[in-house]
Amino acid sequence: MTLDSGYRVVIGLETHVQLKTASKMFCRTSAAYASAPPNTLVCPICLGMPGVLPVINAKAVDLTIMTGLALHSEIPPHAKFDRKNYAYPDLMKWYQISQYDLPLCVGGWLEINADGETRRINITRVHLEEDTAKLTHVVGEDGQPASLIDVNRSGVPLMEIVSEPDITSAAEAMAYGLKLRNILRWLGVSTANMQDGALRIDANISVWPSDAEIGNAKVEVKNMNSFRALGQALDFEIERQIALYERGERLVQETRGWDETASRTVPQRTKEYAHDYRYFPEPDLPPLIITRERVEGLTARMPVLPDAVRQRLVGELGVAPTDADELIEDRDLTAYTLDVVERHGGPAAEVVTWVLQDVRRLLNARELDSHDMPIAAASMAQLLDLRAKGDLSSTMAGTVLEEMFATGKSPDEIVSARGRQISDTDALVEIAREVMAANPQAVADYHAGKDRAIQFLMGQVMRRTRGQANPGKVTELLRVELADDGGE
Amino acid sequence: MIDREQVVHVAALARLALSDAEIDRMQADLQQILQAFEALNALDVSDVAPTAQVIPLATVERPDTTEAPLSHDDVMRNAPRVERDQIRVPAVLTED
Repeated sequence: MTLDSGYRVVIGLETHVQLKTASKMFCRTSAAYASAPPNTLVCPICLGMPGVLPVINAKAVDLTIMTGLALHSEIPPHAKFDRKNYAYPDLMKWYQISQYDLPLCVGGWLEINADGETRRINITRVHLEEDTAKLTHVVGEDGQPASLIDVNRSGVPLMEIVSEPDITSAAEAMAYGLKLRNILRWLGVSTANMQDGALRIDANISVWPSDAEIGNAKVEVKNMNSFRALGQALDFEIERQIALYERGERLVQETRGWDETASRTVPQRTKEYAHDYRYFPEPDLPPLIITRERVEGLTARMPVLPDAVRQRLVGELGVAPTDADELIEDRDLTAYTLDVVERHGGPAAEVVTWVLQDVRRLLNARELDSHDMPIAAASMAQLLDLRAKGDLSSTMAGTVLEEMFATGKSPDEIVSARGRQISDTDALVEIAREVMAANPQAVADYHAGKDRAIQFLMGQVMRRTRGQANPGKVTELLRVELADDGGE
Repeated sequence: MIDREQVVHVAALARLALSDAEIDRMQADLQQILQAFEALNALDVSDVAPTAQVIPLATVERPDTTEAPLSHDDVMRNAPRVERDQIRVPAVLTED
C-alpha cells in the first residue's frame, strides 16, 4: 500500500505460541509453569546438566503440523533441530534448541480482512523451539541490581509462525494477529492468551519513500502485550520513521520496545552481537522424519476452522455477516449455538442473535466463559421452541432464561412453576376491561381513529400481567372489547 | 585466515575475557582448525547429499506424559546465589 504521504509500509510479524501440552518440549517435566512456584518444574534436562539428552515431545510436533495445515503450509518429509547459540542467563544451556533451515512447516498463507479489503498474507514458515527461563530484574537484598532466574518456563514447547513482509498497515497487522489467534484457538493448539504470554507478537517494520527501493534496514518492535498495543506501536513507528525521512535522516536498523505508559517505542539496549547465533545442527537429535501417514492422520483429525463455519453460517443458514463474525470469535459459543440451531429448527439468524445478546449478557453478568455454559443446548432449544410457538412472549422468554441461569432448571419446569403464560381468556378480558376503565382518554383516542392508542392499552395489560400474557392475544381481545364498548 | 578481530568477536559471544597473549594463542589454534576444514573443502562432494548428521538414524519421539521434577532444593543446589527461591545472577540487560 502506498500512503497518501508518499511512503510505503513494510511489516512482517513473528508470532510465538506456547503449545498446549502436558509436558515440556524435550523432557517429561510438566509444562504448567504459570501456576507453579519458582523453580519447582525443573529437571536435569531443563538445567542443561552434562550428559542429559533431549527427547522430542510428539504432541508438540503434531500441534505444529496441524497449525501448518491450517495455514496451508507444506509439511516436508524431513525436518531437523538446530542449536541457536547465545550467552544469556535465560538459557541454562547457553543455546536454544530451535529449527533453522529445515522447519516442520514451509510456506502458506492467512487470509485477512482489513481496511475494507480481503488480502492473503503469506507465511514463511512455522517451526518449533523451546521457551526460555523467566528473568526478573530487581534490586537485590544487598541493594545491588540483580537478575533472578525462574527456570520453570524453560523448555515449554514454543511454536514460531513467521509471516512474509506482506503487511502494509497497523490495521492489517492487528487483523492478522486476531485471525491467527482465532485459528489457534479453534485448532485447540494453544490458549493463545496474550496477557499470559502464550501468544507474543514481534514486528519487523520499515517505511520507505514510494519512489525509492525497499532496502534492508528494519526496526524490530517488541513488548506489545495486547492487540491494542500492537496497533499503537506500529502506528507510532510508521509516523516516527516518516518523520526521519522528512528530517533528511535515514532508517537505522535497531530493536525498539513498546513503552505502554509513554505510548511510544524506545530503543532497547540489546546484546552487542545479538544476531550472531552461529546455528548448527543439534547433535543430540537425529533428523526428524515426518511420514505421509502421519500428515494424513493429522489432516483427518483437523477440526472445522472458523472460515468454513462462517461460510456455513452466512451462506447456508442466513446469519448476518456481522453476527457471524462476532460469533466465530468464540469457538465454544459457536459450537453451542450450532447445536441449539439443530435442535430448535427455527431460523438460525434468530438463534444467533439470541445467543449473542441475551445469553451472552447473562454469561458476562456471571463472569462465565462460554465453555462453562450452564445451560444444555437441549434446554436452550426448548426455550426457543416455546417462544416460537407463542407460548412465551419475548420478555417472558428472557425472564425464563434468567431463571434457567440462576437455578439450572429446564424451561418446562420453570414455566409450569410460574403458571403457563396467562392466556386464559376470562382472566385477560377482565384485565383488559379494567385497563380500559382506567384509561378513558386512550379509549377515546382509539375510537377517534388513533389506532396507536391500542399499543398503549396493550402495554398496560402486559404490565399488569408482568409480561406473562401473549401479546397477540391481548391485542385481539382489546379490539373485541373496544368494539363492544361501542364507540361508533 | 582468521584475524585478531574475529577472535575477539567470538570470545565476546562466549563471554570470555581473553588477555592479549591468550588472543594470540587462540588465533593460532583456530587457524589450525580452519586449515583442517580447508583440507575437507578441497574434496569434491558434488554428488553427495547434504547431511546434518552422520548417525544413520531418525530421531525418536515420546508421548506427552509427565514425570516428577527435581525438588526445589536440588534445583537450587548449583546456584551461585539464591534469592526469593530463584537463582540470582548479576544484573543483565533486559531482553524481554
